[in-house]
Amino acid sequence: MKIKNIFTYCFISSLFLFSLICIWKILVTLQGIELTNFNFNKLFIFGIILCAINLLIGKKLNLNIKITILALLFSIFDYFISINLPIWYSIGIFLISLFFFNNIKNYDRSFLSKNHSSQKLFFNFLTLFGITLFSFVILFPFYMMLVTSFKTQALLLLNPLDFSINFTKGLPELFKSYFIVFKDYNFGRYMLTSTIVSLGTVIITLIFAIPAAYAVARLNFFGKNFLSTSILIIYLFPAIVLVIPLYTIFSQLGLRNSIEGLLIVYTATTLPVAIYMLQGYFKSIPKELEEAGIIDGQNWLGIIFKIILPLSLPAISSVALYVFMIAWNEFLFSLMFLDRPNTFTLSRAIQFLNVGAETPRQYLMAGSVVVTLPILIIFVYFEKYLVSGLTAGSVKG
Amino acid sequence: MSTKLAKIEKRTAYLLILPSVLLVFSIILFPIFSNIWISFKNVELKDLRIPEPRAKKLVKSIKDNPNQIKIIYKLRNSSLTQEITSVKFKDKYPDNIEPINLNNKCQFKSNLLKCELGNWPKKYRENLEIVFQNNNNQEISKKELKSYKPKLSGKSQNILLTYEFTLNNFKKVIKDKAFIDLLSTTFYYTFFGTIGAIVFGILAAQMVNQNFFGRTFMRSVLLFPYVAPVVALAYTWELLLDPTSGTLNNLLINYQIIDGPINLLGQKYVTLNILGFDFKLRLALTTVIIFEIWRYFPLAFLFILARLQAVPKELYEAADVDGANPIQKFLNITLPQILAVISILFMIRFIWNFNKFEDIFLLTGGASGTRTLPINVYQQGFSIGDIGMGSAVSIVIVVFLLIFMFIYFKLLGKRADEN
Repeated sequence: MKIKNIFTYCFISSLFLFSLICIWKILVTLQGIELTNFNFNKLFIFGIILCAINLLIGKKLNLNIKITILALLFSIFDYFISINLPIWYSIGIFLISLFFFNNIKNYDRSFLSKNHSSQKLFFNFLTLFGITLFSFVILFPFYMMLVTSFKTQALLLLNPLDFSINFTKGLPELFKSYFIVFKDYNFGRYMLTSTIVSLGTVIITLIFAIPAAYAVARLNFFGKNFLSTSILIIYLFPAIVLVIPLYTIFSQLGLRNSIEGLLIVYTATTLPVAIYMLQGYFKSIPKELEEAGIIDGQNWLGIIFKIILPLSLPAISSVALYVFMIAWNEFLFSLMFLDRPNTFTLSRAIQFLNVGAETPRQYLMAGSVVVTLPILIIFVYFEKYLVSGLTAGSVKG
Repeated sequence: MSTKLAKIEKRTAYLLILPSVLLVFSIILFPIFSNIWISFKNVELKDLRIPEPRAKKLVKSIKDNPNQIKIIYKLRNSSLTQEITSVKFKDKYPDNIEPINLNNKCQFKSNLLKCELGNWPKKYRENLEIVFQNNNNQEISKKELKSYKPKLSGKSQNILLTYEFTLNNFKKVIKDKAFIDLLSTTFYYTFFGTIGAIVFGILAAQMVNQNFFGRTFMRSVLLFPYVAPVVALAYTWELLLDPTSGTLNNLLINYQIIDGPINLLGQKYVTLNILGFDFKLRLALTTVIIFEIWRYFPLAFLFILARLQAVPKELYEAADVDGANPIQKFLNITLPQILAVISILFMIRFIWNFNKFEDIFLLTGGASGTRTLPINVYQQGFSIGDIGMGSAVSIVIVVFLLIFMFIYFKLLGKRADEN
């Protein structure tokens, strides 16, 4: 057993414990509790001592008893150096240190005498810490969006760090911003428009894309290779280079401020990727099935409807969900084409709220939750399909 | 027989792809080409409105004469900038009346009044007065008269369809002193956004590629920023970074990490002192890049994770036997295996970050040194209202895009050859 290894072990472990405690402390601060110091020096040195004790005890004590004692020691120490904190804070510290000491149970003396043990240790902790940090960084804005929508303007200005949810006033008070957003800011209508536009885009795209994808996948015709490469190239062109010509053309045709205009543009922009995804799947369906269909006297339409479609339902659902997501989240075209509030989609409406009059931020965030929640629910529920859609369609985004 | 079948097949194929091709052509390819046309023209936003001849109909009774009625049409050219030629006027009347003071421009035939009003210059206004008399002593119904609306038509030159071209837009784009700055901002944003997203994607994929409790949940959570609508996320970040009431600044001040609030989205430069050297960091641009990384690393993560899961376990086992340490394993096994995915990801993300509009637009609107080429298209075309200039900038983007695509497809072709 090398002294160097023991030292790095204690150092890295304590640092990791401290980082976990830091994240917990930040979370506690965000509940509106006054906490202004991380106590780095004291906690870090005490952590090193505890890690060394853990190594000394080794397997002489039952594992569960050992980690409970160490975690208790740590949380009692933390309780005495910090002042006036609620009991749930200390319970959190206890659970975190319990998790930590359970995690270092494998790093005993025999492990530390192996090669590269300090590197392994470092990367194991880095992974654990990374997972915690990534989840925190990813989820925090979403959490903030939700909680801000439950607050009032006065509370938000009073303590910007207070992100606790107050359930005591009852649900109507909690969801007040949502009532206002739907009643006074007309979000019901915008939601309906967004739904119609997104579903419409999905349906029209599928109607156009399925036959085209079938032709590209199965039939022989002049210009087929050219077509399949140009699908990808066209897909790489961004909306921003289409905006000015489409704006001028749509202005003169009177298609601005209309749902039809949006439907046409959304369909055209999602069509290449839909064809690309579907033809890849159609190619994987065995040809023999169609040949059997031809022998049974089916025409092309019959083959598509009776053989291809039932077999490729998973691929079609992926495409449908992906197209729905694009249409629901789309912002640039709705900004360009819609300037009358009665045709707004949700995204455009939220932008209008922010740019226009001084809208209180809880209403803005309530609107944001209204536009975000459906798509996240769909994503979590249909994750498998949407992930395959995202992978195939990832050239854009 | 077989040639006949082939013919049928061909015809069916064209029939099946025709609707898609037509739609994509008219909404994507045609606009890209018309960008070229518009960029050589001097067009402004206000020119887009087509000039219309308009008429307002007023019905007035004449004193002491119930048998007669006067109709005044207030005619005008709706455009302040363009002329309308050969304006035609048409209106309908009830059965029992006819005009008495018709001028030579107009004709009255079976209840219909038709006039040829000639050419109207810009801002043109005129009143057309016609007196009608009833021919059967019945009272003239004003209501019925008002219920008919006059119809006007005229020809006007559509500024988009004329053959007048100018090189001024491109001259302005290239001679603009800010153009170099614009390009460097765009490339800075694109490059660091792409690299950052890939680096964090690799980190996240490495983490999730290990077995731990809640792994599938973690995978979904990591994709949230990519799936959620950009509008909601951008505004949430704006609140988060707000200098006075934002969470981040308050948190940092609370823990005494900084002395005063930092305007992360509104400050162009911040001076950093590293090892005695002063560095000027573009603060707002960096913040926007961090948002960009936050939002798009999930995609890199998804791809790299899929590739990592396909790396044969035997390779790592062999490395363990050889006594390799984790860093060596990563550099010598993992990295070569994911290099192909990374290079393709880099190209795709590079192209897309180069064209990114929404994220910057919603966060800063292009202020404090975050103006990139796509933002400039919007500002030229819609904030300043110079459609021609906006198109010229679009063309610059398309040219860069074509270069990137050429490299991308070369790379893709090379990869395909290797496999």
